[in-house]
Amino acid sequence: MKSITRQKPFEEIRQQLDSFNRVFIIGCGTCATMTKTGGIEQVMEMKSQLQGVDKLVSGWTVIPIACDEMSEVAMKENDRAIQNSNCALIMSCALGVHKISTYIDLPVIPALDTLFIGVEDTPGYFREVCAQCGQCIIGETAGICPITACHKGLVNGPCGGTNNGKCEVDKEKDCAWTLIYERLKAQKRLDLMRKYQPPHNFQASPRPRTVKIS
Amino acid sequence: MASRFKDVLNSGKFVITSEVAPPKGTNLEKVLHHIELLKDKVDAINVTDHQSSVMRFPSIGGCLAIKEKGGEPILQMTCRDRNRLALQAELLFASSRGINNVLCLTGDAVPVGDHKEAKGVFDLDSLQLLKTIRLMESGQDLGGNDLDGAVEFCAGATVTPGAQPLEPQLIKFEKKVEAGAEFFQTQGIYDLDNFGKFMEHARKFPVKILAGIILLSSARMAKYMTQNVPGIFVPQNLIDELTAVPKEEMLNRGIEIAGRMIAALKKDSICDGVHIMAIGKEEVVPDILAAAGL
Repeated sequence: MKSITRQKPFEEIRQQLDSFNRVFIIGCGTCATMTKTGGIEQVMEMKSQLQGVDKLVSGWTVIPIACDEMSEVAMKENDRAIQNSNCALIMSCALGVHKISTYIDLPVIPALDTLFIGVEDTPGYFREVCAQCGQCIIGETAGICPITACHKGLVNGPCGGTNNGKCEVDKEKDCAWTLIYERLKAQKRLDLMRKYQPPHNFQASPRPRTVKIS
Repeated sequence: MASRFKDVLNSGKFVITSEVAPPKGTNLEKVLHHIELLKDKVDAINVTDHQSSVMRFPSIGGCLAIKEKGGEPILQMTCRDRNRLALQAELLFASSRGINNVLCLTGDAVPVGDHKEAKGVFDLDSLQLLKTIRLMESGQDLGGNDLDGAVEFCAGATVTPGAQPLEPQLIKFEKKVEAGAEFFQTQGIYDLDNFGKFMEHARKFPVKILAGIILLSSARMAKYMTQNVPGIFVPQNLIDELTAVPKEEMLNRGIEIAGRMIAALKKDSICDGVHIMAIGKEEVVPDILAAAGL
């Protein structure tokens, strides 16, 4: 499982940094390194890009796991440089940005957009397979989540836009329901596709979602 | 209030429906003209609901206009733009104004339309919407509360007889029947042999099937639809037939083809009726009916 991110357009980053001259850059050694959005190379690239628009990079670090509590230690280690900065530009997913914001008093600016929680199918190809909806039905859909894999999130079968196994919104994208159908058919469990799925409970776990283990 | 359209469906006559598209804006001149043109020639008129995810004057507004002119409207409702509260509210409103026919659709995807950054709602799907109608008829809403004044609808749905693969589509068709669909208006069909095979299956269920007839206005359109519209296949002989006539004759030939298909479906009682989609050429629907000998 990885938090999949994409770097924001540099112009947007530049605008967010408009009133800050001294920038401390923080990368993440886990997901953002794997997706090549916040690893050491991207941090170095960002450093030179910022210098190119006359920003002073007061320091940088790549935290092993930005969303982990150990980030507090990393922030303390860099305390002097951080104190000497106007803001922290964070090249991790939003979980990391949030975590770091609890450990430093500087304004935090995300350099990345957090897209989804995904798996790496082949090297460098990340795909969303779970929308974390709180009501899992993949036992009845051959392990493929239609809420995630179907563009419309349909739970009762394909729409009229299905086309030779592809989706109407993108001819390259597989129709989730054709995949589910083929797998259930091979498993001789097509009866599951005939089952009526009732409307989704969007308040199964009200937002913001929390769990407390007793 | 009972649906006039439902009586026609149950009368055993060959049913004819067509559709009109509301405008993008408040100028209703054209759609009112189309309603006037069709209201006495067809058994009911569908009003599209932001067709192809393009924002327009609402379906319910078009249905009210049909009612005012004494026609029989079919309210098309997609699940793309409203959550379950808004869908139920609109059903209450429709019922209160004597709009008693609903076609339940999932709705096209948002990115194919003209508001590409909008949120696709899909809180319910077409099946769940059908079930919701049946529930509301029993005097309850989806929250389990009693309604002060229930609804009564003739509810329909769509099916794509040319979908590939077909079996998932047939499974969903059966689920829609179980959920309470009384009639189906199909995606456009051109291959009557293929459609006949679908009908052999559909005949096992207690529903009325109206074959979708999309007017072919040119050879280019026929090719485009075959290549780009899911579930639509225009056989090569029809494309050749259109190509063989001069450009200015193509529309007339398209009318002739549509009329011929309708006549064939009626003659052999292949299905219970037709739903004619002229897509921007509503003016010629009476000509299609004439070409069909209706």
